[in-house]
Amino acid sequence: MSLTSKTIAELRDGFRGGDFSAREIAEAYNAAVAAAKLLNAYTVETPDEALAAADIADQARLGGQPLPLSGIPLGIKDLFTTVGVDTTAGSHILQGFKPTYESTVTANLRKAGAGMLGKLNMDEFAMGSSNETSTYGPVISPWRRQGSNVGLTPGGSSGGSAAAVSALIAPGATGTDTGGSIRQPAAFAGICGIKPTYGRCSRWGIVSFASSLDQAGPMARSVRDCAILLEAMAGFDPKDSTSLDLPVPQWEANLSSDLKGKRVGIPKEYRIDSVPAEINALWDQGIEWLKDAGATPVEISLPHTKYALPTYYIIAPAEASSNLARYDGVRYGLREEGVKTLDDMYAATRAAGFGAEVKRRIMIGTYVLSAGFYDAYFTKAQRVRALIKQDFAKAFEQCDVILTPTAPSAAFGIGETTDPLAMYLNDVFAVPASLAGLPAMSVPGGLDGQGLPLGLHLIGNELDEQGVLNAGLAIEERASFTARPEKWW
Amino acid sequence: MSVSPDQVRHIAKLARIAMSDAELERLVPELNAIIGWVEQLAEVNTDGVEPLTAVIEQKLRLRDDAVTDGNIRDQVLANAPEAQHGFFAVPKVIE
Repeated sequence: MSLTSKTIAELRDGFRGGDFSAREIAEAYNAAVAAAKLLNAYTVETPDEALAAADIADQARLGGQPLPLSGIPLGIKDLFTTVGVDTTAGSHILQGFKPTYESTVTANLRKAGAGMLGKLNMDEFAMGSSNETSTYGPVISPWRRQGSNVGLTPGGSSGGSAAAVSALIAPGATGTDTGGSIRQPAAFAGICGIKPTYGRCSRWGIVSFASSLDQAGPMARSVRDCAILLEAMAGFDPKDSTSLDLPVPQWEANLSSDLKGKRVGIPKEYRIDSVPAEINALWDQGIEWLKDAGATPVEISLPHTKYALPTYYIIAPAEASSNLARYDGVRYGLREEGVKTLDDMYAATRAAGFGAEVKRRIMIGTYVLSAGFYDAYFTKAQRVRALIKQDFAKAFEQCDVILTPTAPSAAFGIGETTDPLAMYLNDVFAVPASLAGLPAMSVPGGLDGQGLPLGLHLIGNELDEQGVLNAGLAIEERASFTARPEKWW
Repeated sequence: MSVSPDQVRHIAKLARIAMSDAELERLVPELNAIIGWVEQLAEVNTDGVEPLTAVIEQKLRLRDDAVTDGNIRDQVLANAPEAQHGFFAVPKVIE
């Protein structure tokens, strides 16, 4: 088996056992990354950083002191600031931005011994579900429909991360999830991805989109790999005022697919007629798998589910319009010259620097926060958000973990969805857990009739990443999902 | 509620985004579709429901009132489109 087809756990254990060196791993991945340009998954390649970390890892092993992620090179979503390496959030307005500081999450990964393969393409400012809003152009999914060579989206916004992990050009990657941006691309690309409880991973140094929702998490090829990465990424950070001051659990050591005594909530409101029958059938299969693992399914109700998306599309743009006010052409990023006044410079810079979707969301956000509309839209949405949170709190009195499909469709073709509202509906199953700050994960469940991956979605109670990972592991063991895209790139 | 082209022009001004008339024209129906869709929240009874302010309950921390960083002027200015004499430089504001 080639080094790039191994999981992170296999790489770690093989490296520690002396089967191969960290340098061999880094070289194998650097070569795979360099040979996969057609996917457009990386915006910057950093082979030297990967090799430097590998050499340190090899030294550490000889000295008998390997770190948790020694020998593991990772892809980093372009939303995380990395010292001296371009960080653009997929936006023209940040092109050329070389941070002088490191995000806490990537600093934690480096401290744990991980190397960096490069920065991963994404929807501009994480606003999108298909990677088509990136200033670098869309990531092309390594997956194709059977008998077709139509370019498909890997999902978004962490589309570069999903494509890279699934195409074996990164063993794992960081993602961020504001309303499904880890889970939907993980489902589209046939990999695993977990968004932890809001506050587990520090937001410091992550380019802000919607601060009350943004949360980092890992994307990888197995549930175990997600547990390994999340342990390294998470942790209290005094530099983030919403960081949770709690110890990081030993998620990997406590993995168990024995679900005896666990109750799995099946929310009736997620049964939507317009969703393809294959997806509902996979959901039923998922229930059977969890029963086989010892769990008992219980029907639950999350009555405000249908209001989650409209609530999200008030709150997220409102926070975005405020967060993105910082791009003014003064302190970093693009500046449009050739205008006379300071005000004109701001407006010209932002007009030239932001793409259509980002402008649309800033406009919506500005509108719902403007005088006379604030209460009708923003405050109202925060009230409905409280009800959505309450729905989950009540549901978790009856169950331990919730199972749903991850997305209402398999991956679609690039350019196929042009209506913004239709695009937003992609996150119909993912957004409620985001609004409630709950841990949630996508695990591959199977392939649809066209040979494309479909994901199952697990939502846990606050701080119960372990319950989510364990249920995910139970599904992973039973789904035996081994399909990989055939290499065409 | 729906927004008029004039309102969209006003919002663009508040958001500091320069927009051509053609762009404005295109945006009006798009924004109206989204605003019309989010307005379904009006049918939710939220009487007596406090707006959510913290998604995971926690107290805001206090820290010692002490200087914890600084003296990094050059780092702060490193990405400025234009910096002069140790300051950010902008087009002239006062004639």
